[in-house]
Amino acid sequence: MSTANWKKIGRLESIPVRGSRRLCSSHFGRPIAVFRTSDDRVFALVDECPHKKGPLSEGIVAGDTVACPLHGMVIGLSDGVAVAPDEGAVETLPVSVVDGEIYLHLPEPGVSG
Amino acid sequence: MTMEKKSPLIRLVVVGNGMAAMRTVEELLQSDGSALYSITVFGAEPHPNYNRIMLSCVLAGDKSFDETIINTREWYTQNGITLIAGDPVVAIDREAKTVTSQSGRVVAYDKLLLATGSRPLAPSIPGLGLPGVCAFRDIADVEKMLAAARTKSRAVVIGGGLLGLEAAWGLKQRGMSVALVHLMPTLMERQLDVPAGQMLQKALDRRGISFFTSGQTERITGTDAVEGVQLGDGRFIPADLVVLAIGIRPNIDLAKAAGLQIGRGITVFDDMRTSDPAIFAVGECVEHRGQVFGLVAPLWDQAKVCASQLAGDASAVFASKALATSLKITGIDVFSAGALAAADPDDDEITLRDDARGIYKKVILRDGKLVGAVLYGDVTDGQWYLQLMRDKQDVSAWRERLVFGRAFAEAGADKPSGPDYAAMPDDTQICGCNGISKGTICKAIRQKNLTTLAEVRSHTKASASCGQCSSQVEGLLAYVTGAVKVAKKTICACTDSSHDEVRAAITERKLKTMDAVRSELGWKTPEGCQKCRPALNYYLLCAWPGEYGDDARSRFVNERVHANIQKNGTYSVIPRMWGGVTTAAELRAIADVADKYAIPTVKVTGGQRIDLLGVKKDDLPAVWRDLNSAGMVSGHAYAKGLRTVKTCVGSEWCRFGTQDSTGLGIKLEKLCWGSWTPHKVKLAVSGCPRNCAEATIKDVGIVCVEGGYDILIGGNGGIEVRVTDKLTRVASEEEVLEITGAFLQMYREQAHYLERTAPWVARVGLEAIRARVIDDHKERRALFDRFLFSQKFAQVDPWAERVAGSEAHEFAPLEEV
Ligand code: SRM
Ligand SMILES: Cc1cc2nc3c(=O)[nH]c(=O)nc-3n(C[C@H](O)[C@H](O)[C@H](O)COP(=O)(O)OP(=O)(O)OC[C@H]3O[C@@H](n4cnc5c(N)ncnc54)[C@H](O)[C@@H]3O)c2cc1C
Ligand code: SF4
Ligand code: FES
Repeated sequence: MSTANWKKIGRLESIPVRGSRRLCSSHFGRPIAVFRTSDDRVFALVDECPHKKGPLSEGIVAGDTVACPLHGMVIGLSDGVAVAPDEGAVETLPVSVVDGEIYLHLPEPGVSG
Repeated sequence: MTMEKKSPLIRLVVVGNGMAAMRTVEELLQSDGSALYSITVFGAEPHPNYNRIMLSCVLAGDKSFDETIINTREWYTQNGITLIAGDPVVAIDREAKTVTSQSGRVVAYDKLLLATGSRPLAPSIPGLGLPGVCAFRDIADVEKMLAAARTKSRAVVIGGGLLGLEAAWGLKQRGMSVALVHLMPTLMERQLDVPAGQMLQKALDRRGISFFTSGQTERITGTDAVEGVQLGDGRFIPADLVVLAIGIRPNIDLAKAAGLQIGRGITVFDDMRTSDPAIFAVGECVEHRGQVFGLVAPLWDQAKVCASQLAGDASAVFASKALATSLKITGIDVFSAGALAAADPDDDEITLRDDARGIYKKVILRDGKLVGAVLYGDVTDGQWYLQLMRDKQDVSAWRERLVFGRAFAEAGADKPSGPDYAAMPDDTQICGCNGISKGTICKAIRQKNLTTLAEVRSHTKASASCGQCSSQVEGLLAYVTGAVKVAKKTICACTDSSHDEVRAAITERKLKTMDAVRSELGWKTPEGCQKCRPALNYYLLCAWPGEYGDDARSRFVNERVHANIQKNGTYSVIPRMWGGVTTAAELRAIADVADKYAIPTVKVTGGQRIDLLGVKKDDLPAVWRDLNSAGMVSGHAYAKGLRTVKTCVGSEWCRFGTQDSTGLGIKLEKLCWGSWTPHKVKLAVSGCPRNCAEATIKDVGIVCVEGGYDILIGGNGGIEVRVTDKLTRVASEEEVLEITGAFLQMYREQAHYLERTAPWVARVGLEAIRARVIDDHKERRALFDRFLFSQKFAQVDPWAERVAGSEAHEFAPLEEV
């Protein structure tokens, strides 16, 4: 993992508690949702529900899950996997918070996963 | 004979790897006879054995393919069965006792079992061979349909029988627009009589399937792919997918070529042998005493008999029984068995019809015995009727009560309703698909200590096919294990409290924050879930107006960002248009906004106002700012709150108008806008009983009459239409306003979150509402005052707040990287 790919994306406070912000990355090519839980953990997921690409960044966050706003599928924030009985998974991206700054690890352009 | 020496076992070759074949093999494996056999199964399809019935559920998205597999490949191996899948048998040599497969395999048999099923009927019409035309019989067909549903939009199903309807419903569920062509004037005419067929059509029509009954398909048009269906009477239906489901015919080609006796199907005798005693046949490919088959229940009986014969029990014989049909479309209950109508003047037809509840029941009696039953809407007694028909029981003593169902007929009106499992004879059939009786189920539950429906299903197969008898199987489970059947309805899995208990605790124990509610009532999760948080947020907001601070994070996206999210993640914006009245200036402003922000769709809504669809989220504040400056505010088209007040022109213009319905509508909208309610609320005011504003299906509807106003409540035009109840008639507009406010406040304080007025009124009863809102003036005033008080905090235009900068983070992405 090269440190060059860690991008600073903003301060923790810029994301509401139990909320999310979208991130446009022309570099990554797909929208990314950055979540903050009630205990200030931060997760980044591709902002496309595995069901019909609903914007997960607009869902209700509870614990470490988010409910997709379109048809209510619940997705685990840590692994991107849909909570049973639903099936499907969305890609997650590594994030870390250092001194209140959020860093996102972006893969090389064109590389996914 | 030399061959037999090589192997001490009897070689059984099975042609067809479908439902009847494998049930026969399963039955054989369970008997002592199985030790005698070595078994080879040929299947034309490249899959292990699956439950064909469930293809409808796979199409509708209720099940995955994997869930339909009955026997996995490992199962075949474990039981020493050679499965040759994807290689059909093409010839039988009865002299040499061998079969030959398409790929050239030659396999010798001592006993042969034919179970080749049936083929879809294909009408002789042009265009059948076009890409985009398919049948509905196997996995390959379903895959074709699913592929079409992913990329195409219009489907036409030809055939309004069970298969056609399930295909149409599945495709509808998959998002296609679906038309169904049926040759006859009513649907499922072989299983349902005319009234039941019409009720079914109405119900499916409401769910968005368009019907072309009495429609003769002339040809399927298209050059490279299907383009549409041309009907004989000149109607043309455009289509990207055409599904043929007009019937089936037994698949007899192989038997015919082998010189076996055939009629419509392969002729079998009572012992399931064909005209060649070494060859058996079961399933849809057979004809027994002139009858052919299209449902699984009789096939299970055939399988049992055939297996017994193979195991050496020469006494086993097949006799066909009365059959029942049901339809696997969620929420639509249909049952039919035996005769559909009186066949001669001595027959009696007894009918019960309740259009309001969507229930229809008909029983047909001959010589004091039940010979037919058609049920629509409530099918709980179906299996009981079927049993009465099979037992040929004399029911004349119950004649006048029979149609009301078992509980009523057997016990009179005072016994509890629902099946009496204790009194039910052990041989009563519970699962029609699999032919499982009460006795078998109870025995399995006791012997194997089963505790869940899923366990009963896997041990007995009861309710494993179409699933309609699930509730009865659960009932039996409860009866045997003594378990309490109805669990308390809690808000969600986070709590053991019900909606009512939570609401009561909030006001009585003065709980003012979500955390207080959760800790006081012992929530199991620290911060609740997606289900309970929005409910708690509403309950607190309603109980403590002005005190409780709304939690945006517990709101569905629409209510958080004050616009409606669309399927592609853009938003729609609907400004309020008071009472449906607008002005040239407002229209101009809307037009300017549409131009300026390149808004792709401008649509008049069903709620008498204008919707701007496809607005990018980041543009929302600017769009609102422009609308605000033309004097327009949020229409709350997204809110669990007041949506619209529809009006008609009324006395100001209309020659029939008795009162100023438009003016009153505007006053009501000004009174109620901004309020948060358990679910959305819609009002309407019509100027006379012609009711052009459709007031009789609104949460509150006002119908003006000469000298007064009728106040109607609890209507709903949604999924289940409910016509309003009349609350009262008053003489003045002031009374209309006060009663409406008081009624809404009572609804706000009492209903469960996400319960609209229609189910709430039905639950608490009109009288309970009348007592507080009409009869008790002090109480009405108190409710109205609480309504006005909470409106003080609610009537703030959320758009203006956000234009002024609140929640700015919502409308801008994080920094670009
Ligand atoms: C825009 C509109 C359709 C239109 O183009 O005309 C519409 C659009 C939607 N309706 Fe509706 N309904 C619209 C009038 C109606 C009407 C007609 C009416 O109000 O007179 C009804 C039947 C009357 C009734 O509610 O009793 C109606 C019954 C529903 C229902 C079924 C409610 C029920 O109780 O069964 C839903 C589903 C729900 O709310 O759960 C629904 C849900 C929806 C949703 C919110 C679906 C969703 O969750 O995304 C749609 C939002 C689209 C959007 O983003 O704008 N819509 N909807 C209408 C907006 C009216 C307005 O000006 O605010
Ligand atoms: C979508 C759908 C929904 C249904 N719903 C219901 C329902 O709700 N209730 C109900 O009772 N019934 C229902 N049915 C009917 C039920 O599925 C059939 O009655 C049952 O499957 C018939 O069993 P079978 O073994 O005779 O034929 P099949 O299950 O069709 O099995 C025959 C098999 O033999 C294979 N075969 C044919 N020729 C050869 C050959 N020469 N060599 C090798 N293999 C060959 C075929 O490919 C097929 O796999 C439904 C059917 C469909 C298609
Ligand atoms: S607008 Fe209403 S009726 Fe139309 S598709 Fe959406 S929910 Fe269904
Ligand atoms: S798009 Fe997320 S649940 Fe449908």
